[in-house]
Parts: sequence; C-alpha cells; structure tokens
Amino acid sequence: MIPEIGHFALIVALALAICQGAMPLFGAHRGDRALMAVARPAAIGQLAFVIVAFGCLTWSFLQSDFSVLYVANHSHRALPDLYKVSAVWGAHEGSLLLWILLLAIWTVAVGRYSRELPEAFSARVIGVLGLVSVGFLLFTLLTSNPFTRLMPAPPDGADLNPLLQDPGLAMHPPVLYTGYVGFSVAFAFAIAAMISGNLDQSWARWTRPWTTWAWLFLTVGIALGSWWAYYELGWGGWWFWDPVENASFMPWLAGTALIHSLAVTEKRGLFKSWTLLLAITAFSLSLLGTFLVRSGILVSVHSFATDPERGLFILAFLGITIGGALGLYAWRAPSLDSKAGFRPLSRETFLLLNNVLLIVATTLVLIGTLAPLVLEVLQVGKISIGPPWFGIAFTIPMLPLLFLIGIGMHTAWRQQALAPLSKQLRLPAVIAIIAGIVLPGVFYGRLGLLVTVGCIAGFWVLSTAVMPVIRSLRRPAGTPRITRAALGMCVAHFGVGLFTLGVTIVSAFSIESDRSMVVGQTVEAAGYEFELRGLRNVDGPNFRALEGEIDIRKNGEFVGQLRPQERTYIVQQNPMTEAGILVSWNRDLFVALGDSLGQGAWSVRLQYKPFIRFIWVGCLVMALGGLIAASDRRYRVSVRSEAREGVELGPEEPA
Amino acid sequence: MTPRKQRMLAVGLAGAGVVIATVLTLRAFEENMMFFVDISEVVQGNAPADRNFRVGGLVVQNSVEREPGQLEVKFTLTDTKNNLDVYYAGILPDLFREGQGIIAHGRLDANGVFVADTVLAKHDENYMPPEVADSLAKHAAEKAAATAVNQE
Repeated sequence: MIPEIGHFALIVALALAICQGAMPLFGAHRGDRALMAVARPAAIGQLAFVIVAFGCLTWSFLQSDFSVLYVANHSHRALPDLYKVSAVWGAHEGSLLLWILLLAIWTVAVGRYSRELPEAFSARVIGVLGLVSVGFLLFTLLTSNPFTRLMPAPPDGADLNPLLQDPGLAMHPPVLYTGYVGFSVAFAFAIAAMISGNLDQSWARWTRPWTTWAWLFLTVGIALGSWWAYYELGWGGWWFWDPVENASFMPWLAGTALIHSLAVTEKRGLFKSWTLLLAITAFSLSLLGTFLVRSGILVSVHSFATDPERGLFILAFLGITIGGALGLYAWRAPSLDSKAGFRPLSRETFLLLNNVLLIVATTLVLIGTLAPLVLEVLQVGKISIGPPWFGIAFTIPMLPLLFLIGIGMHTAWRQQALAPLSKQLRLPAVIAIIAGIVLPGVFYGRLGLLVTVGCIAGFWVLSTAVMPVIRSLRRPAGTPRITRAALGMCVAHFGVGLFTLGVTIVSAFSIESDRSMVVGQTVEAAGYEFELRGLRNVDGPNFRALEGEIDIRKNGEFVGQLRPQERTYIVQQNPMTEAGILVSWNRDLFVALGDSLGQGAWSVRLQYKPFIRFIWVGCLVMALGGLIAASDRRYRVSVRSEAREGVELGPEEPA
Repeated sequence: MTPRKQRMLAVGLAGAGVVIATVLTLRAFEENMMFFVDISEVVQGNAPADRNFRVGGLVVQNSVEREPGQLEVKFTLTDTKNNLDVYYAGILPDLFREGQGIIAHGRLDANGVFVADTVLAKHDENYMPPEVADSLAKHAAEKAAATAVNQE
C-alpha cells in the first residue's frame, strides 16, 4: 500500500508541475495576475507530494519491503538503518527521486525569497523550474519508477553495493545533487530574463546568491566524492579523471565562470549575453552529467546503472532543454546590448580572462571525456584517455589563472593605474617566491620546475588573498571595513591557494610502495618503519574481515597504529579493501591490505601522501567563501529599497 | 575601451585560447591515448610495439601463478580464441579472480609477454568491461560461423 501511495503522489506531483510550468508562464505572457499567482502554491503543492513519494520510498527501505523491486535490489535486512536510508539514493531510480525532491525544495525556496521581485519575473522563473521538473518526473514515471512491485517478494534483498556503505558516500549524492540542481535556478533566471527581454544589473544581483549557493554545494559535493574515493576505493588516489567525476566537475568549472561573469554583469552591466550563455551551459552540463552517469555509455569505475532506453530519454530531454534555451538565446541575446567600456588594465579584463581560461578548461575536460565515445562511434578504434592527458590539459589553462587571480583581486573596476598595483603586489610576490622555493626545496629536498611553479602559484594566491583582510583590520578609524562579498572572495581564493599547494605537493612527493609482508616483519617506506604485528578475523554487521595490525615508527619512535581490513560482504560476496589511514595536517600514512601471497605473506600497499588534506580543506574553504559572499546584505535589498539605494549601488561602487 | 574594441579583445582572446587548446589537445592526445587491442590482434603481432595499450579478456582458470610470498604474478588472458600471458608486479584489484573479465594497461616485452602496469577489475562481480564483452562476442560469432561451415 505504501509504495502505491508513493507512486500516486508522484503522479499528482507531475500534474502540479505541469500547472506550475504552464500557467505562470502563460499568465506572465498575458499579464494575467491570477494565472501568475498559481506559481507559488503549485510549487509548494508539488514539493508536498514529492516529499510524500520520497517518504514512502524511504519507509519501504526501513521496513525492508522487498516486494518493491528497487528495495529488493538495493537493500538487505542486515543493512544498518543509516545505509537503508542512504540506499534510497544508492541507485538510479532513487537518485532521480532525490533530484526531483531537491528541485522542488529549490523552487519553493526561490518562491519564498523572490517575493520582492517583479511578479511576472518570479512567475516565469518558477514556471521554468516547473517545466524542468515535468521533464524529470516524466522520466521517472515512464522509465525508472522506483515503486515497481516485485511479485513474489524475495525473502531478502540483494544488498547495497558495499562501496556505498559508507558515511562519506551516504552524504555525497545529496550534497552534489543540491549543487547540480541549484544551477537550474540560474538557468531559470536566465530563461526568464530572455523571455522578458529585460536584463539589468538588478537581474544579476538576484541571480548571484542563488548561483553561489548552488556552486558551494557542488564544491562540497565534489570534495566529498574525492575524499570517499581516496579512502574507500582503497588505493589512495583522490581524483581519477573518470567520466563520472568529470561529469560533476564540468558544471563546477562552468559555474565558477558564471559566478565571476555575474560579478561583472552586476557591477558594470557588461558581459550580459555571455552570462546568460554560461547559465545555460552550467545547467546543460549538469544535465549532461546525469546523461553520462546514467546511460552507461562510458566506461567508469563509479557508474552503477546501464540502460539505453533511459539514455535516449535523457538525450531527448537534453536536446529539448539545451536546444530550446540556445534557440531563445540566439533570438533574444542580440537585443541585450551594453554600452559601458573598460580599460585593458581593469578588473573586467581579469574576469574576462578568468572566464576564457575556465571555459577552455571545461572544453578540454569535455573533449577528453567524450573523445573515446566519438572515436568509437566513428569506428576509429577503442581508446581511453588517461589521467596524464587530463593532468596536462587541465594544468595549461589553470596555471596562468592562478597567477591572474592574485592580480585581478587587487585591480579596480573600469580602470587601474599600473604603479600602485605593482607596488601593492610586490610584497606578496616576494613571499610567494621565497615560500614556493623553500617548501619543496628545503622540506622535501627537490626543486622540480612544475612543483616549484605550483608552490609559488599556491603561495601567491594565499598571500594576495590575505592582503585585503589585513588591510581591513589595519584600516584607519572611521573608514568602512571589508564587505562580506569581498571577504567571501578572499576566503574562497585562499581555499584555491590551499588546494593548489595540496595538489602540487601530493603529486610531486607522494611515495607508494607495494610490499610482501609476513607477520612480525618490518619494512621501511618513505622514512617510516611499518611492522605487521598480527592478523585476525573480525566480524561486522554484514561483513567478515581480515584485519591487519600495523605499527608505524619513525627512527624507532612510535607514530601510530593502523588496522586496515580486507572485507568480504556476506550477501554479494564482494571483497573490499578498507584502508588504514593515519592522518596528520601535513601528511597521511595510508596502508591497504591486499591478497594472501602464500607462505603466510600478504601483499600490502604502503603510501605516504604529503599535504593531501590541503586538497579537501581547500575545497571546504572555497565553499565557506561562497557562504560568506552569499550572505552579503546587499543581496537582500528589496525592490522598494533598491530604488532608493540605486545610486550608491550603481556601477561606480568599488568592490 | 569602446564596446567595439572590447568585443574584439574578447573574441581575439577566446580565439587564441581555442587555437592553443586545440593544438595542445591534439598533440597530447597523440601521446596519451591508449588503444584497446584485441588479444588475437596482439598474438598476430598487430600491437603497437613501443607504446602502452590496453588489453582485456577473461582470466584463464588455474593460470594465476606466483612464487609463494612474492608480489610478482603471472596469469593468462583469453578472448576465447587466443591467449596472452600477462606479467604484473603489484597488488591485484579486489575483484580480480580467475574467470573474471579484466582490463590491463601495459606493453609487450621481447618474449611476447604483456607487462602490465595497471590491472583493472570493476567493483561488481557480474560486470564485464564493454571492450571485453565486444571482443568475446566477436570471437563467439566467428566460432559459430566456423562451426556452421564445417557442418555443411
């Protein structure tokens, strides 16, 4: 009964989504206020029914109702309750439902916080979001119904993929999807602006916080995924340039470009059509991500579903959405002309360069992800493009960007004199060069070209990002302190610096060693002594494991003990490596247990990962910067007060 | 800067970026893409000699050999028609088993042994890498055709 209620609720949600999509858009076109007023109640109603559907599926999981096919395929009685809940989005059907739920939540949030916007505009935004929701609800109901029954019900379920039984991955999809789906808001704002033909600076101001929120969720989501891959896939890599990872990374890159382009549109009224195009691109790449992950057309370590019919539906949906949006763009964008100009040395120029480089990076990642597919279709051969290619292709546009960040942050809008700028940047440049040489040269004893340049870039971004904050702290009494938006920018860029240092050091100075060890043996790797003290069997709730006990010493001094496990999950009989990781701020020691090699020997992978924590901490700091920026009071000005404040908030304001 | 100049600058920069990106992409592709080669092709000597490539197939039953206590391992891969010996010094993935479809990256040595630097097995016991599935299906079809001819 519960699953049928869920199914029915989804159908009602679809009906409401159709109302929410059609009536406000038509109403806005006709200027009919009654029709426009449908938008918010329909969105709230849709959310209510989607919550019911989602609740029903969660309930079926908690009750272990194996007469539901989806539950039978992805759960088990012995599965801990936490993972029963996370199993809801552990596979295709449920993750779609999660997508729809998040879209409904975003829509209601937009409805709630857009009361101050012109009525026709917010009606159009909510209408467009309704249409997106119609697409996803149809997709779910027609091709991927999570409530399909299985008769007769099996006595027990097939269990959740053991890789997904992990707190990191329980959180990863909801956070990532919140980001993905969040770009639909920027998309809807763009479409609404194009329909109305009215795109001014207040449009950019309304769009900015929403985009920043979506971006910060996506940032955290990707970081969680990378962290999970690091400790759960068992082999210590933090990014594989796998198609599924790229699928989430491309919207991130486009979204980052969008955030920066929106800044220009808001402050100076420039780059309008470019901003629109980026908003469309970011959302399209989110949809493409879904397509890539869910259609199973690309070989990947993470994708869990393959179904050509679904792929076809998403492709059609993608075609309609992107094609329609670009068509509208081609028709409307030329009328959005901007008059203002800017000097070559100005913040606008640096943000333009930022956009060019980010889009080049996005394009390269896209090419690398799709090339194997295209070449196979063209019958050129089956190829794979490995991490080395992505490493090079991504570094080329990103390295100059890192140096530009530091200059761009200190450059004024419209026009900047060179002398004061170079005087200002002299100190951080000196700090960056010294620190960038000392860190690899003195602490790691090797000065490669790439590692030195990478470290200098990292310290350069860090020191230039700190400067405005210091300046604000030391400002003369009575002058205004740094705005939240500017502080957010500094914090986010500080995160970029941490991330850069982490990536550079971990890529250059990681040590990895596969060894054969017997109990009682001590081996040396990366300056640490690893002693295998013992092996024993342990039982988990739904797995059995062999656990090693490894003592780590440095120069005879005890550093810590690790207990890596080789688990076998009872239902699916899948072996899984659960690595032991000894964390410290400047390095991880990572031990994974492999197979038995005979004669009491075991294969063991020992790894030393310097600065790897900087990667994820850097991402979190970036997201924190987004949070600070999005909470700037400026974004909460109402339509009425805006008219009053219009003068000081205009293009003249330095940021 | 006038809007016109501005646009020219934007277009120029974007154009330069695209050109640089294309050139670098094509060059890097040359060096970094790895072809998947059928085991039968490898056995017939049609594999690239001095560069890495990918092979995939089923691990032949009872073919996994190692000196007890050593990491180095040798096993045989098959596409059901031809066999290829693979040598690997490292930890095999969790789901590496005899009878399982796997993919290996590496190159051929002088003795025709494939020296792998990476061995991949998907985290799902029923999973068959698409390349391997294609390769197996092709040889199954050839076999069926051959049988049909013999019977005539």
